[in-house]
Amino acid sequence: MGWFKRSPWLLHYNATSCNGCDIELIASLTPLYDLERFGIVSTGNPKHADIFAVTGSVNEKSRQVLLNLYDQMPNPKVVVAVGICATSGCVFQECYNVLGGIDKVLPVDVYVPGCAARPESIIDGVLKACEILEQKFKQQKRERQERS
Amino acid sequence: MNGIYEFMQEWSILVRVLAFLLIAPLAGGLLAGVDRKVSARLQGRYGPPVMQPFFDVLKLLRKERIIVNKFQDFPIVLFLLFTIFSGALFFAGADLLLTVFSMALAGTFFILGGFCVSSPYSHLGAERELIQTVAYEPMVILLAVGMYQVTGSFKVADIVQYPAPLILSLPGVFAGFLYILTIKFRKSPFDLSMSHHAHQEIVRGITTEFSGPALALIEITHWYETVLLLGIVYLFFAFNAWLALVMVAVTFLFEIFIDMNYARFKWQLTFLSSWLFTAVAGASNIILLSMIQR
Amino acid sequence: MNALIFLIVFPLVISFLALVVPHGLAIKKIIGVCANIALCAVPIYLLITNLDRGPAYFNLESKLIDTGMFLVEIFIAFYLVYVSVRSKRYLPVFMVAVQSLITVTLEFNTGYVMHVEHSLFVDKFSIIMALIVGIIGSAICLYAIGYIPEYYEHHKKLRDRRDYFAFLMYLFLSAMFGIIFSNNLKWLYFFWEITTVCSFLLIGFKDDKPSQESAFRALNMNLLGGVVFAVGLVHLYSSSGVMELDKLLRLDKGVVLIPAVCLAFAGMVKSAQFPFCSWLTGAMVAPTPVSALLHSSTMVKAGVYLILRVAPVMENTPAAKMLTLIGGVSFLITALIAISQSNAKKVLAYSTISNLGLIVACAGLNTDAAVWSALLLIIFHAIAKSLLFLCVGVIENKLGSRDIEDMDFLIMRLPRLTAVMMTGMAGMFLAPFGMIISKFITLRAFVESNPVMAIILAYGSAATIFFWTKWMGKIMSIKHGVTEVMEHKVDLWEWVSLCILAVTTVVVCLAFPFISFRVINPYLLEIFGKTPVVDTFNVLVVFIIMLGLLIILPLGLLYYAFVNKNYKRVGTYLGGGNIDNITFAGAFSSTQKIELKNYYLEKYFGEERLFNIGVFASLTLTFIMFGAVVL
Repeated sequence: MGWFKRSPWLLHYNATSCNGCDIELIASLTPLYDLERFGIVSTGNPKHADIFAVTGSVNEKSRQVLLNLYDQMPNPKVVVAVGICATSGCVFQECYNVLGGIDKVLPVDVYVPGCAARPESIIDGVLKACEILEQKFKQQKRERQERS
Repeated sequence: MNGIYEFMQEWSILVRVLAFLLIAPLAGGLLAGVDRKVSARLQGRYGPPVMQPFFDVLKLLRKERIIVNKFQDFPIVLFLLFTIFSGALFFAGADLLLTVFSMALAGTFFILGGFCVSSPYSHLGAERELIQTVAYEPMVILLAVGMYQVTGSFKVADIVQYPAPLILSLPGVFAGFLYILTIKFRKSPFDLSMSHHAHQEIVRGITTEFSGPALALIEITHWYETVLLLGIVYLFFAFNAWLALVMVAVTFLFEIFIDMNYARFKWQLTFLSSWLFTAVAGASNIILLSMIQR
Repeated sequence: MNALIFLIVFPLVISFLALVVPHGLAIKKIIGVCANIALCAVPIYLLITNLDRGPAYFNLESKLIDTGMFLVEIFIAFYLVYVSVRSKRYLPVFMVAVQSLITVTLEFNTGYVMHVEHSLFVDKFSIIMALIVGIIGSAICLYAIGYIPEYYEHHKKLRDRRDYFAFLMYLFLSAMFGIIFSNNLKWLYFFWEITTVCSFLLIGFKDDKPSQESAFRALNMNLLGGVVFAVGLVHLYSSSGVMELDKLLRLDKGVVLIPAVCLAFAGMVKSAQFPFCSWLTGAMVAPTPVSALLHSSTMVKAGVYLILRVAPVMENTPAAKMLTLIGGVSFLITALIAISQSNAKKVLAYSTISNLGLIVACAGLNTDAAVWSALLLIIFHAIAKSLLFLCVGVIENKLGSRDIEDMDFLIMRLPRLTAVMMTGMAGMFLAPFGMIISKFITLRAFVESNPVMAIILAYGSAATIFFWTKWMGKIMSIKHGVTEVMEHKVDLWEWVSLCILAVTTVVVCLAFPFISFRVINPYLLEIFGKTPVVDTFNVLVVFIIMLGLLIILPLGLLYYAFVNKNYKRVGTYLGGGNIDNITFAGAFSSTQKIELKNYYLEKYFGEERLFNIGVFASLTLTFIMFGAVVL
């Protein structure tokens, strides 16, 4: 029935971002772009979230936090890398403290490039993530049924 | 004049309880959806579809069950059961005071659930939920007392059938009840322990460590609670069924309006202002009534 | 009548045996256990035989007993003077002197002239009190058998006086039975004073400075109560020539109002109402069995027992209204103060005073509904509170602390004890247990006659929810793998008494209709000629809740513990900084430990400020009460 598509809850985490993409992400919740009309709620709690939206690249400190938060999210879950720094590290790729994009640590489902990523792209990416979320749920259900 | 109640009187207690059991979550969910839609429109947005709360709950029920300790979901189940029980008591026409105590028991289970997970955010949320409970409890008891003074009975069945308008004898009690209704609905400015909106403060407060099915149960319990509280508002206008329903709708919209206008109060202000308002509006109403009735 | 005399004399014999039989013999424990069983069995026997009878009065007149009592009173007076002078406190000396003067006057006026028709009596109320004293007293004495050795292990510097302790406990039980069954007011006064002395000696048991302070404060206040009691008796005899309780209740109100108020005042002091609260909170320094026996379930109940007995005399007078307000003030203010206390025994003490205040308020109202709820409150409170005190005693021995903030994860360290403790706490404030039914009926009783009390009750109930839920949440906190289980160290004797009391709590709640209809209602019929109408539907609903909980709770816990395997365990949300269950990565690369504390709201409910308000308010009310009678 597509319940995940209609009610995806978002957890927003800033790994090492300059806050540009974060501001754009939060702007998507404001009346001009209004993510909530899709049923998307920004929660601060991984245990309530389905979509993990990460901005900024990964360094040693944020690596453990990313893993902790991802671990505390219940299945099914998707990860959205918002902004080019989260996608690949952008201009900071070669820095000694930066590990790269978040796909070095987590399995990313949707990449939203841009610096800063525009609200329209973010909405596009999140909606795509919802579709993937729905597929993951169906797959997990099939696996559970096959196991039992 | 009281066509709806006469119609309902035809039904036996069992049918009424079953109706509450099955219809209340649907009504509560719809009310929650209307709440979100109206709030969004007041903020100049489109807002989610009116059926959104149902989508949310159905999604939550399908999530994986993540826990911190094995027993944390049990108080939530008890919270749901006792809220349903309180509502069933109320709509079956039983004793109002017993309903109030049963609701207090349910709330206590919710708070104990928040305490037992032993996480900083849920602990703080539970403490605040406890303060909220203590803030509204005197008014709710005084509400039952006030109704008893006017109608001579604690039973909801008798109160609903009372021919004179209760609102005219109990304006102070109604005002006090409206004040604490904001606390019970968990709306700004009194949404200290948890919030349905995006604004956090202590992350998700008392519901921080609950996920998936437990969270769905908490949502459903809040729907039952909403219907029960609006039922209590109905009692004040029960002399005319249609007027009562209109006033219930007006009250609900009023609560949404207050929610949209105020930011969160500090817990000190919540607690003190509730007790003060209860004393000024509720207690004085009761004392006046007792003096008039002497 | 033999049962009554047995109940008064038998504990006395046991107390002397405790002193006399050499220490350390196994036979001592056997004697103790047999004695306790007897003390439980005889009140039950009394209940069964008196179930369908009205009150019974017994003639027991003996110059020997009267003279004996007089001599014991003189001896006590000298002993108290000696102890006070040795500790350089002179107020007790003064009060003992005044009291002795009045007592001697009374004795000379009545000694050889007065004829007492019925010295002992028993009615349903006495039986309820006897059951409470017998069953709870025995359970506590059993508990003490296990508690006292551990107590001495923790306080190695104390002189071993456990025989003296047992002597005092059984002496006290004997005096309590004396108070309950005496119709002769001079006998009642005698037993009353013995309980004062026992309380004084038991509070000062530890023999260090705080204990002595508290003991003398208790002595002073209770002696004041005793003086007023004696004055009341003198007035009674001189104005009407009677010295018996039943005759007092049948006399014209105008004649006996002053003695009744004096007796009520003495009861007020003994049950630690404002302005005489501080002796009870100070008495918490005593060993736990003392707190459980004297200061929560029996001695303080003797105070409200006396008030309830003389309440019919005071009914509908301004004095009664003042009494109700004093009870109400005590109820509300102590409930509020308990919110700000973190010392577990102090919370229990304030909660006790709060409930006693409610009972006193009901007594002041003295309608059938009010007395009904007062009796129920007495029963439920005695059982639940003593259970809680005993649990706190065990916790204090095991954890070395009485502070609620140190009781984190108690359910993991002492799971069964926590379960028993939660039963006691639930009995104190949650529906469907007895206190809620009583509060229910009390509210209805007050709404009709005294709306101010209904308002006080509303606020007070909210306050009680606060501190009990806070404490319950604290002991219920669970954190996977954080702490080890200490359960095996709890002593068998302590377990037996805790189980007895926990089972009694549940049984009394389930047997509540029986108690109400067969025991309390007949008593009310005798006094008021009618009984309160209790809605059977409500009782049914309460029953459903209770049975529901009794079934769902264990089943649910078992289900979640063993059956439901469909879960994934993660850590708590700590902003993603989890290291393990108890530490997280803090600022500047530090590791921080999680500590969770409760709110105590000291700014609003601080003890000092509220206490002073309570004392001022109640002093005013007390003066008005006496003024209304005298003028």
